[in-house]
Amino acid sequence: MNFWGYKRADGRAGIRNHVLILPTCACGSETARIVASQIRGAVNIIFNTGCSDVAANTEMSQKILTGFACNPNVFGVVIIGLGCETVPHKILREKIKSLTDKPVISFGIQEEGGTLKTIEKAVRAARELAAEASLQQKELCDISELLLGIECGGSDATSGIASNPVVGSLSDKLIDLGASTLMSESIEWIGGEHVLAKRAATPEIHNQIIKICADYEKHLKTAGQDCRAGQPTPGNKFGGLSTIDEKSLGCIKKGGTRPIVEVLKQAARPTKRGALVMDTAGYDISSVTSMVAAGCNAIIFTTGRGTPTGNAIVPVLKVTANAQTFSWMEDNIDVDLSGIIEGNLTIDAAGDLLLKKIHDVCNGRLTKAEAYGFSDIAVDHFCRFV
Amino acid sequence: MTKAILLDEKDNVATCTSAAKKGEAIKILGGAEIFCVEDIPIWHKVALKKICAGEKIFKYGEIIGEASADIAKGGWVSHENIFSVPRDYSSEMI
Repeated sequence: MNFWGYKRADGRAGIRNHVLILPTCACGSETARIVASQIRGAVNIIFNTGCSDVAANTEMSQKILTGFACNPNVFGVVIIGLGCETVPHKILREKIKSLTDKPVISFGIQEEGGTLKTIEKAVRAARELAAEASLQQKELCDISELLLGIECGGSDATSGIASNPVVGSLSDKLIDLGASTLMSESIEWIGGEHVLAKRAATPEIHNQIIKICADYEKHLKTAGQDCRAGQPTPGNKFGGLSTIDEKSLGCIKKGGTRPIVEVLKQAARPTKRGALVMDTAGYDISSVTSMVAAGCNAIIFTTGRGTPTGNAIVPVLKVTANAQTFSWMEDNIDVDLSGIIEGNLTIDAAGDLLLKKIHDVCNGRLTKAEAYGFSDIAVDHFCRFV
Repeated sequence: MTKAILLDEKDNVATCTSAAKKGEAIKILGGAEIFCVEDIPIWHKVALKKICAGEKIFKYGEIIGEASADIAKGGWVSHENIFSVPRDYSSEMI
């Protein structure tokens, strides 16, 4: 299977060709937003960190910023710094340049003499990048260049019964075609980690999966916190999920059945192809942020209660098997899988349907959140989200 | 009639696909009918047999929690009457 994408110098393929306006810190975020609003083809993120932080948080925010810049859906980058943040724009720029051949330009608001002067220069730079990007032709890329991030959020009982198993079927089909999939949200393995670990390709990977869960609980306990206080969420409970174990056992079904070949640290780029898992929070926005930084070029997202979420760099395709949610929030959900609950759609046939939908997204079809220009982001901290 | 989905033969709960009213029968898909003893919201779980406090709750053929109170056959199983049991991770290592 092939798709029409944008080939990058590092061998990966993008399914979008964005100019990314990237703030180094919270103080550059509004300027970045205005720059992006002036240029067709540009996207921006709002960054809430990057300053006054402990070293471990700085390490995470740098992994997110460099990972976003290196994501194959990005053609080039305009960085907007302030001047007194932890990692200034010039250092971030050189770091990104050491990782990719993409064009990267940067400005500092204090150096330029305020936001208006910065905007003027940055808009001109972004305009040039957008013009260059518009000339890049799509090429036929093998489906093996797809790294699909797998996410769930606003889960209810329909998620584990129907939409997650369908995404699991999609994941199996993609891996059999040579593509890779990445499932995260390790706190939502707790209670089902012994089932997930059975998919490990090696005993080391089995133990890595168990250890991630043990460490997550220990980490929160050290800070006097209990993951079971935040998980399941009030919405999960209202939707029929009573314990973290019940939520997790449904959650892990979205990863499918193929052997897990690599366990990644949060926001790390994979070194293997196939079924991959990553240690992230269950907080969906933070998990997607980390998977985009790892290089996912598309995200599939299951929901039960409904969510509008989207990402600036990577299209998010949202599906639900809850008929009421789909009809009530149709403007936010892309695919209706409620036929499974009603008994007139099989999980395998629905997996084929999602394969077609994801193939369309790879070929350029906008998801609903993408058409609205949604740009959710959450950067995890040393004291982690749950 | 309200239907409920049974996911594994080991399970002692099933998931209602519409709100069930006290006194009505619930059709367990792939199983028998059960008499509903209290109102159960859509997507919530019905107990398929009497579950005593301290007994494990099974869904997907796996343990999802432990009952904190006695739950009648046909009763509502929720976060109010079951809780998550701490894991024994060291025993899961190979």
